[in-house]
Amino acid sequence: MPDTILVVIEQREGTLNRVSWETISAGQAIAAATRWTLEAAVVGAKVAELASEVAAKKVAKAYAVESPKLEPYTPDAFVAALKQFITAKQPKLVLMPHTYQVRDFVPKLATAMGRTVISDCIGFKHESGKLVFTRQMFQGKFSADVSFASEAPWFATFQNGAFRGDKAEAGASAAPVEPVSVEIADNLVRNKPQEVFKEAKQAVDLTQAEIIVSVGRGIKEQKNIELAKQLADALGGDLAASRPICDSGWLPMDRQIGSSGQTVAPKLYLALGISGAIQHIVGMKGSRTIIAVNKDPEAPIFEIADYAIVGNLFDIVPPLIEEVKKAKAGG
Amino acid sequence: MKILVCMKQVPQKDAPLKLNETGAWIREDVSYEVNEPDAYALEEALRQKEQHSGEVVVITSGPARAQQVLREALAKGADRAIHLEDNAFVGLDAFNTAKAFAAAIKDEKFDLIFTGLQSDDYGYAQTGVVLAELLGWPHATIIMQIEKKESGIRVKRELEAGYFQFVDMPLPAVLTIQSGINKLRYATLIGIKNAKNKPLRKVAIAEVKSAIGENLQKIERLYIPQKTKKTEHIEGLPAEIAKKLVDKLRNELRVL
Ligand SMILES: Cc1cc2nc3c(=O)[nH]c(=O)nc-3n(C[C@H](O)[C@H](O)[C@H](O)COP(=O)(O)OP(=O)(O)OC[C@H]3O[C@@H](n4cnc5c(N)ncnc54)[C@H](O)[C@@H]3O)c2cc1C
Ligand SMILES: Nc1ncnc2c1ncn2[C@@H]1O[C@H](COP(=O)(O)O)[C@@H](O)[C@H]1O
Repeated sequence: MPDTILVVIEQREGTLNRVSWETISAGQAIAAATRWTLEAAVVGAKVAELASEVAAKKVAKAYAVESPKLEPYTPDAFVAALKQFITAKQPKLVLMPHTYQVRDFVPKLATAMGRTVISDCIGFKHESGKLVFTRQMFQGKFSADVSFASEAPWFATFQNGAFRGDKAEAGASAAPVEPVSVEIADNLVRNKPQEVFKEAKQAVDLTQAEIIVSVGRGIKEQKNIELAKQLADALGGDLAASRPICDSGWLPMDRQIGSSGQTVAPKLYLALGISGAIQHIVGMKGSRTIIAVNKDPEAPIFEIADYAIVGNLFDIVPPLIEEVKKAKAGG
Repeated sequence: MKILVCMKQVPQKDAPLKLNETGAWIREDVSYEVNEPDAYALEEALRQKEQHSGEVVVITSGPARAQQVLREALAKGADRAIHLEDNAFVGLDAFNTAKAFAAAIKDEKFDLIFTGLQSDDYGYAQTGVVLAELLGWPHATIIMQIEKKESGIRVKRELEAGYFQFVDMPLPAVLTIQSGINKLRYATLIGIKNAKNKPLRKVAIAEVKSAIGENLQKIERLYIPQKTKKTEHIEGLPAEIAKKLVDKLRNELRVL
């Protein structure tokens, strides 16, 4: 039997999480490099339809791994189902998107099988027959190439945005879909999840903002937020922040940009004292122009900035406010 | 409730990091601090204890310098500390770190174990969940609220894109805590003084050696990420930078 790569697709209540196409894309790239066979599995209560959707992509086979106990999602049921399935199919490599749901169960799954997960990868390399995965470390300040030092199955998860979902190749013809029903014991599932909900409507909508001045921990103290506010006002823009600023209560939560805040795409995003952790970047990388002010020349935010100002924001911002005011006054 | 909090010492957020001779790790002569979500995990444990009584124990694995995070936790109100002390702990993967913790606490009976949701250095986002599986306990991740119930607890999980979910679960359990779950306290002078007399158990690597094995994954090399975007640097004195930037904003970006 040839070595296989298994992509586990994420779905909620019959809707496919689009980030799964990125993982298919990653799987196709690894399959091309290694000549291993690519297969995909959708896991849930009723997922045959989704499995057919996945089977339209260039994969050798799609599985619908089903049990009524897989809805709603719980880590206990997912691990039981996938452990059974993976033990039976023996893929060499199992790929998933690094979503909140996958983070919740994949370390448990790997541990239950005596294996490990290389998590939150941004790429892979196939070097003289050896597969290594690239992931960020030290909050994005370094990249690391990481290899498996254990037996297959190997587990790896890919960061949101690491591969292009729209580049997932369609197959010449639809791949076969195989239904697989898994047994999950009655008393196995311990967590009782309630309905998923969204907190009360946000008061501030930054998605329409054209200019955003965003502050990070480099602002040091709550009272200094005023400085950023003055710059935002001078530019006629809105004030936003990284998560730690909102966690500290210096600005309300609805001004937070990032994976657990708002996703914005203004004409101008001015980042003041923000390091550029991936969870922040996913919320603002679509901005047309990014200007970053940071005293650390190695700060990851500079990797995506159009304009970089290496320096102390407390030196840079005051004259900037004055210049902007002058320009606006027609100077 | 008896709660264990896993607290890791990591390089300070704005410490300048350099590669060491192996090219697979950093030079360790930098300043360190407590991993941010772990500080929130400790705060949450202290609050739970204040409400429901019990005990808060903190644990770390790492070299002698890591004792600092335990000292700070004791000063903030933790009752006692466990230090798996050895340089070798720094290089363990999440699987083996969790195995070492499980071995070190095998004679204890905790109701809850808190970890941070991920570490700033490795960023595995795994240690807590692996530990739960090794202990055979249920777990929940990215927790923003914990409420004790008749039987067990109700926790609030953060999901993507502003969604949340409550989950009811039995005890004992492992929870991975998200930053921002509460407001952190400062250590008081009296707290710092009292901390000196609180118990701190040291565990040598030999004591847990039989529990841990070879790493299951290996860092081949560490490097500065390649840039993908063309970035223009704006340099000069602050006043010059301000002028140049406003010129760009007006004439190139046309936002002024
Ligand atoms: C599941 C999860 C979800 C998350 N969701 C989000 C999210 O939605 N949004 C978000 O932002 N984060 C989120 N985070 C947190 C994220 O990982 C980072 O911790 C956070 O973005 C860091 O914020 P920061 O850049 O403000 O702080 P730091 O990383 O501390 O960076 C501060 C920066 O300021 C610079 N600086 C310091 N002083 C000065 C000065 N005087 N002048 C100029 N520069 C200075 C420093 O060099 C440093 O680069 C999430 C994390 C996780 C694990
Ligand atoms: N060496 C360590 N000492 C103490 N706690 C740790 C250690 N490694 C991991 N942890 C805990 O596990 C969490 C997740 O770490 P990680 O799996 O590396 O992302 C951290 O936030 C800590 O609470």
